[in-house]
Amino acid sequence: MSPLPSAAADAMVAAAAGAIAPGTTVAPERSPVARQVVASAVAVVYDRLREEERLLFDAFERLGVPFTPVYAPTLALELGAGPLPGVVLERCVSQWRGLSLAHAYEAAGSTVINRPDVIRTCGDKLATSAALVRHGVPTPRTSLAVDAEAALVEADRLGYPVVMKPLVGSWGRLVARAESRAALEALIEYKEVLGGPEHKVHYLQEYVEKPGRDIRAFVVGDEVICAIYRSSEHWITNTVRGGKASDCPQTDGPVERCLGAARAVGGGILAIDLVESSRGVLVVEVNHTMEFRNSITTTGVDIPGRIAAYAARQSELRA
Amino acid sequence: MPMLDTPYGRLDLDPAALMLGELVVTDEGAELEVVALDPLRFELAPEEAEDWGE
Repeated sequence: MSPLPSAAADAMVAAAAGAIAPGTTVAPERSPVARQVVASAVAVVYDRLREEERLLFDAFERLGVPFTPVYAPTLALELGAGPLPGVVLERCVSQWRGLSLAHAYEAAGSTVINRPDVIRTCGDKLATSAALVRHGVPTPRTSLAVDAEAALVEADRLGYPVVMKPLVGSWGRLVARAESRAALEALIEYKEVLGGPEHKVHYLQEYVEKPGRDIRAFVVGDEVICAIYRSSEHWITNTVRGGKASDCPQTDGPVERCLGAARAVGGGILAIDLVESSRGVLVVEVNHTMEFRNSITTTGVDIPGRIAAYAARQSELRA
Repeated sequence: MPMLDTPYGRLDLDPAALMLGELVVTDEGAELEVVALDPLRFELAPEEAEDWGE
């Protein structure tokens, strides 16, 4: 691979299709800011176009639901100014971007899926655990410590191995299992060196022995539409980390537990992660911008279609 | 299929099929994000950030 170009060219690469001959480069130019002019029934607000967003766009088209894709990174919104979409399906991969836009749209009167308070709760593992505990949803024992020494004392009490997680994070990123006090000390030291106030707060969770798999259940409104087992020899079973997906029949799935978890965080379109333990099925996490590309064929359920239909129903309810 | 040159390598793609936010990979392995369609513009795709996820 050839060396990357200078800082001047580093900011942006440009190529104008049709306007320039193929094989030509043009000078960098900043993208214009997009003003909010969407007045369609449903807007899908996104930043990174993942396979999920494409599948959602296809589903809206297939169902004949008018929708507008809204690219968030160049968006500017004047609070309270219209026209605004009736329903906003928030699909940003950046939690802060999604949360901010959800606030702005909700303030203007749009129905936002998921609501900002749901995003805020699901985007913070401590807030999620607190909501689950407050609503009596079984979850692994979880502790908070705001000091390194206090974290070690609390981990001694929980017992080893113990799991340490960042308050904000996904895809199993920075989730660590400490086998001993010495290992946890090192983890805490690394974490505190990362800087930022969030890394001074230590989220500790009991390590739950699971049968080589966990369960991911997909909730749309008041229904668990499908679930998968995620199997892995590694204790982290996320499919993005190599976990293998297989269908988890609804009859085996802890439907009520999932719905309880969904209600605890405020409801909407959610992915619930559960582990099977000696104390029954425990809810570990609730995700608010779920990825589902690996679960459609596995379950045989048209997940994007169900999401699009739900958004359309919310639009009808506003009429 | 048009061939587009960028400082990060060549892209072999159909510009009409692109969408905002889409990732494309050049023949040199650089990941670019479509940030404008008219005219078509790419930026280096941002690194995964701490708040990214589901």
